[in-house]
Amino acid sequence: MNPVEVGTDQARRTRPESEKLRTGVGGTSSVRRPPPPRRSRREQWGDAIRRRWFRYLTGGIALLVVAMATLIFMELWLGSRPAWQEWGLSFIWRTEWDPVRGEFGALPFIAGTLLTSGMALAIALPISLGIAILLTEYAPRFLRDPLIFVVELLAAVPSVVFGLWGIFVLAPVVQNQVMPFIAGSPLGLLPIFGEPGPGYTLFTASLILAIMIIPIIATLSREVLMAVPRDQKEGALALGATRWEAMRHVVLSYARPGIFSAAVLGLGRALGETMATTMTIGNRLGLTLDYFEAGNSMTAIIANEMREAVSEIHVSSLVAIGLILFLLSFVLNTAGRLVIMQVHTRET
Amino acid sequence: MSTSSVQAPLRLRLRLARDRVLVGLCVLALALAIIPLVWVLWEVAKVGGGHLSLEFLTALPEPPTRGGGGWANAIVGSLVVVGIAVAIGIPVGVGTGIYMSEYGENVLGRGVRFLCEVMAGLPSIVAGIVAYSLIVVTMGRFSALAGGVALSALFVPIVAITAQEALKMVPRHQREASMALGVAEAPTTLRVILPAAMGNVLTGIMIATARVAGETAPLLFTAFNSRYWMEGIDQPTATVPVNIYAYAISPFEHWHSQAWAGALVLVSVVLILNVAARTLWARRARFMAGG
Repeated sequence: MNPVEVGTDQARRTRPESEKLRTGVGGTSSVRRPPPPRRSRREQWGDAIRRRWFRYLTGGIALLVVAMATLIFMELWLGSRPAWQEWGLSFIWRTEWDPVRGEFGALPFIAGTLLTSGMALAIALPISLGIAILLTEYAPRFLRDPLIFVVELLAAVPSVVFGLWGIFVLAPVVQNQVMPFIAGSPLGLLPIFGEPGPGYTLFTASLILAIMIIPIIATLSREVLMAVPRDQKEGALALGATRWEAMRHVVLSYARPGIFSAAVLGLGRALGETMATTMTIGNRLGLTLDYFEAGNSMTAIIANEMREAVSEIHVSSLVAIGLILFLLSFVLNTAGRLVIMQVHTRET
Repeated sequence: MSTSSVQAPLRLRLRLARDRVLVGLCVLALALAIIPLVWVLWEVAKVGGGHLSLEFLTALPEPPTRGGGGWANAIVGSLVVVGIAVAIGIPVGVGTGIYMSEYGENVLGRGVRFLCEVMAGLPSIVAGIVAYSLIVVTMGRFSALAGGVALSALFVPIVAITAQEALKMVPRHQREASMALGVAEAPTTLRVILPAAMGNVLTGIMIATARVAGETAPLLFTAFNSRYWMEGIDQPTATVPVNIYAYAISPFEHWHSQAWAGALVLVSVVLILNVAARTLWARRARFMAGG
């Protein structure tokens, strides 16, 4: 089946094809012929399968996806059972992590993941919204498509390449310029920023994550803004609002649920991001709430220790962190999708 | 408004000025997003290009102290691991897409669509954990196969969703015309609907391939690494993304420059796949719009 050949002129081409095929499988004419002969159940099934085997085949393949999703959950659940049996839910808020003594707890990693993803979202959301507004409202037509293309390319650069750039380019810049600047500015008085030190910190990881989720949030919010009915905005403009006022009071308030879900989906992506985080976060064990210190995240501890973990309890603690990560991203993705679906049904 | 005639134009001028300032902020936001992209690509091209050589593409790795050497085994390994993912992923992904689009107006169809969307947001390292406990632990060693299976879990939902959307774009009357001629389900889908949607299905496959080709996290403890040529898909193998990570965090200057060269190779492949997929799609969209 040559796609180019068929795609160029489907209509003319399909007709003779179908003519040939009519005599093939699945003609229904025999069913109509009176009087209907009594057919056993087995014959009826055979007939249904002959006519509808393709539906059953693709349905079976679709069931494979269900099996895959179930398997992922089951493996995470079974693999992490020893950890849950040992500590129960307190595994989530225990802070020790000592493979030698067999003491494990997830809090430092959960905290690191939430701190970096939260900061990344705080940086990325306004920037993404600005891009989305620019691309829907202000950018001239000839610039719009190339700019959308460039923003989408940003999403295509592999995480490990961002990590490489983070180690050798961004971390030194953060260490020598950005952290001293923030520490010297009024922002430095915030209790989340301590003494600036080496460049591999929660803050560096947050910056990389922000860069990586901007295209996702920008693309999704652009779609949401495009879906706002034109007459809403034009009504506001007709009443004498400036473009910005129309944007802020009419378009943005209309699109708020959609933007919320774009942010939630971006946050979900930031939580699960592994390589860029692992390579820049510093990989220090222990709980820290200071953005200018080296820390750790759920993805980073799994990436660092899964290969070398030997004892059963160590492996199962890592799998348990994977399960928490899976559930967090599942909840965020589901919430984001549900809100977007609601927005779509409201439109129609 | 009953305020004096002097104030009104002033307020209007202020409002318009604010309008312009905020447009300026939007432009600044775009610049803030594009600067890192240009910066990353520039560093990769500059540093990576300086160390890319024929030897890098064709030779086996050397110990860091000796210098020279290449990543040929990792390039082959990446091709094999991604090949396994694609070989599993295309039939499952396209088949699922066909079911969701053609026969999916039921609980199974909607449920699978939901699962695909959730799995598309699955943290990639979780796929690695599952492949590790299912395959690596069972077989007792790291293997290219385990890496490929882990990647296929990320590949399938993207392809399934794009295939569904592509098939849905085919006009209804084409299905009905084929059905009216008495053509059965299977040939209608495979020889009428699928060819019409093929361009967009291929776009989805290419974008998904580009995505899994750059994935590192699921391979760290499935395909693992190796300094030699791959000895079979049941053996550990080096891949380009894992090599970039391993070389980047090593203490050796020579390995750092090789990591940049590897990044250049990876980014080129991924960007070429993306650009090709998107131009293919753009041509397709124009064709469809033009009738």
